[in-house]
Amino acid sequence: MENFTPFSALAGGALIGISATLLLLFNGRIAGISGILNGLFFAVKNDRLWRLLFLLGLFLGALLFAIVAPDFNTPRQHYPLPLLAIGGFLVGFGAKLANGCISGHGVCGLANLSIRSLVATCTFMGAGMLTVYLVRHVLGIAA
Amino acid sequence: MKTNLIALLSGIIFGMGLAWSRMINPNKVLDFLDVTGHFDPSLIFVMVGALSVALISFKWTRTLPTPLFSDKFQLSKNTVIDKPLVIGAAIFGIGWGMTGYCPGPAVAGLSLFSVESVVMVFAICAGFFAYNLLFEKHK
Repeated sequence: MENFTPFSALAGGALIGISATLLLLFNGRIAGISGILNGLFFAVKNDRLWRLLFLLGLFLGALLFAIVAPDFNTPRQHYPLPLLAIGGFLVGFGAKLANGCISGHGVCGLANLSIRSLVATCTFMGAGMLTVYLVRHVLGIAA
Repeated sequence: MKTNLIALLSGIIFGMGLAWSRMINPNKVLDFLDVTGHFDPSLIFVMVGALSVALISFKWTRTLPTPLFSDKFQLSKNTVIDKPLVIGAAIFGIGWGMTGYCPGPAVAGLSLFSVESVVMVFAICAGFFAYNLLFEKHK
């Protein structure tokens, strides 16, 4: 647990909670990234600009943070790209099928006391843990 | 106009939160999922941080008749635990465990200008399009 960072995790998490609050309180929308991103392509026409702005903000917020604290997060090197491409596809497909990802189910859904979201959250965490066990400890990739 | 500004501001705060919590570092996410290896519980603390705000604010917000800048709350009314939910979440979890990225960190991770995030964002969108081709073609 040498890499455990509880303070920054709690602080960053609180910002995510504030962000989700703003979007719900003012706009009546759920801050679920997969839904917002998916709607960029498939939502009705006049429902797209806010999605683009939210995603642009997501990028800009992380960029501002990187400018203030340049060494805080560094990009990972040499991770197998095919694993990323296939895994990324599954993330998109699965999030669409389950109608939400970590932000939608794991934060907003749980905050709404949704049992559906609790089931989704436990399922993707369990599947993720099993997958990491296989990838890192059985296949020995990028451990 | 006002709702667009809120969306931008909300996105910026979310992006800062992902960077500060280091969730845009995919190895940190994989370490959380690596319960038999070098386990790092930070991700749970991110969720605790987010939920300690959102549990209270959502409860209060939902006592309002409408959102402040729009005419209705657009929340999922689906409460059924069905196959798409469980299978979708399992597929999502497999992809998450293969990469260390979910959609938020993939988009916010573009700020580090790494090839990884670009591949992830394209692959996630490809997953959306595949879903639409398979299931929403005839609607």
